[in-house]
Amino acid sequence: MVKTFGEFLIFMQSMLVRKERFKVLWQRMLDEAILIGIDSVFIVAIVSAFIGAVTCVQIAYNLINPLIPKSTIGFMVREMTILELAPTITSIVLAGKVGSSIAGGLGTMRITEQVDALEVMGINSASYLVLPKIVAAMLMFPLLVILAMVLSIMGGYLAGTLSGAMSAQEYIEGIRTDFVPYNIVFALIKSVVFAFLVSAISSYKGYYTKGGALEVGAASTGAVTNSIIAILLADYVLAAVLL
Amino acid sequence: MIEVHNIQKAFNGNPVLKGITCTFETGKCNLLLGGSGTGKSVLLQCIVGLMKPDLGSITFDGLVFTNNKVDIKQEIRRKIGMLFQGGALFDSMTVYENTEFPLKMLTPEMSKEERRDRVEFCLKRVGLENAGTKMPSEISGGMKKRVGIARAIAPNCTYLFCDEPNSGLDPQTSIKIDELIYEITHEYGITTVVITHDMNSVIEIGDHIIYLHKGQKLWDGNKDEILNTTVPELKEFIFSSSLVRAAKKVDEEAQGGLAAATTDEAINI
Repeated sequence: MVKTFGEFLIFMQSMLVRKERFKVLWQRMLDEAILIGIDSVFIVAIVSAFIGAVTCVQIAYNLINPLIPKSTIGFMVREMTILELAPTITSIVLAGKVGSSIAGGLGTMRITEQVDALEVMGINSASYLVLPKIVAAMLMFPLLVILAMVLSIMGGYLAGTLSGAMSAQEYIEGIRTDFVPYNIVFALIKSVVFAFLVSAISSYKGYYTKGGALEVGAASTGAVTNSIIAILLADYVLAAVLL
Repeated sequence: MIEVHNIQKAFNGNPVLKGITCTFETGKCNLLLGGSGTGKSVLLQCIVGLMKPDLGSITFDGLVFTNNKVDIKQEIRRKIGMLFQGGALFDSMTVYENTEFPLKMLTPEMSKEERRDRVEFCLKRVGLENAGTKMPSEISGGMKKRVGIARAIAPNCTYLFCDEPNSGLDPQTSIKIDELIYEITHEYGITTVVITHDMNSVIEIGDHIIYLHKGQKLWDGNKDEILNTTVPELKEFIFSSSLVRAAKKVDEEAQGGLAAATTDEAINI
């Protein structure tokens, strides 16, 4: 465990020495941003809209006390979405989609000697292949989390109003009650940290793949599992430190 | 010229290279010959810097590569072209982009037009002038090797390394790839190192052959000398090839026939 962590740190450090030209890395970063960000919009939209809707319906189902105003449902959906569901669930979904893609891609490049080909040319393969992925993830995750927040709250609105659990006015009143802007900042900080964890862990797993197709699959699975554990641990630490 | 001096490498205490010293001559096809597991690929990986030897030194035209400063290593590496066993083409790029890639990365001062001319020249040189828009998944194994060669020579490499260029190819395509490597080596005067266990390649392109056995260099010479070797391991290796055995049998039969004819003539006289 300690050895693996040490290797991980050396891997991170190796990305920052002998970097390629800024223009090359920028172009690579844009390509990765499309793969990580744009290509993930659909899955993030679907997951977040349904999570918002289900959260709203379940809170309405449990909130049967007539003394509690219906607007509380909107308030709770907003708080849960911004503080936890949007950043954490979105990052877990992305750990599955982006993490496995990064590990699988790099693992395949490793076993088909494409990484060696870069090294023989005198190119720092870690810097060329991995650094743009991490930077792109750290830029795109917050944007996807913002999208998830919006769609989740909208999902809650649709579910609440269409099911007749509350009126539109009550929901909007709820989501505007006691709004703390810092919570958004907190969620975005979380998303940046999660982005780093998912992309760095998945890259590490993929980059050091040895063997054949079976090992590439194992690297992808390992990347997703380790990324999710890291997200949950970091989630707790960040909540304890920043809230 | 590449000089390898006393290279040693072990994995988990098992020695794979046991102090190899040899020279790869400029302007020649230098073949690293040997059976599976004799340390050919490990030696090649040590030479190109993909693996660090435990002991020994490697020198490229007087510049020490092993344990030298990163800048000097980079300078040497930028003169190296390598053809990998499976081609190692970048999946996400077309044949044209694969060939252009080292130029883009290593020679940023080159204009787009100069790059295009160079790529077109290299693709034409390997006979793939019409395959530029194809993806690696759309071309055959032999074509992948050709693209690998085009990518290796695009930045005017001084040293060309080929890791089993014939593996997975039919005999005709193998000969064509061998011929291409041979022509390019002599045309541009580069130092070529080819890993092989194929006797056809030895006979076709072996300007200088180094035979490895159990991590040691047992013999070196050229293609004209190899068939007269007295090294038992090399003899066994050469004559394990069915083609060489068949050729030897034909030769012996011919000599037997000649001897019989001579005896008959003598009796008649």
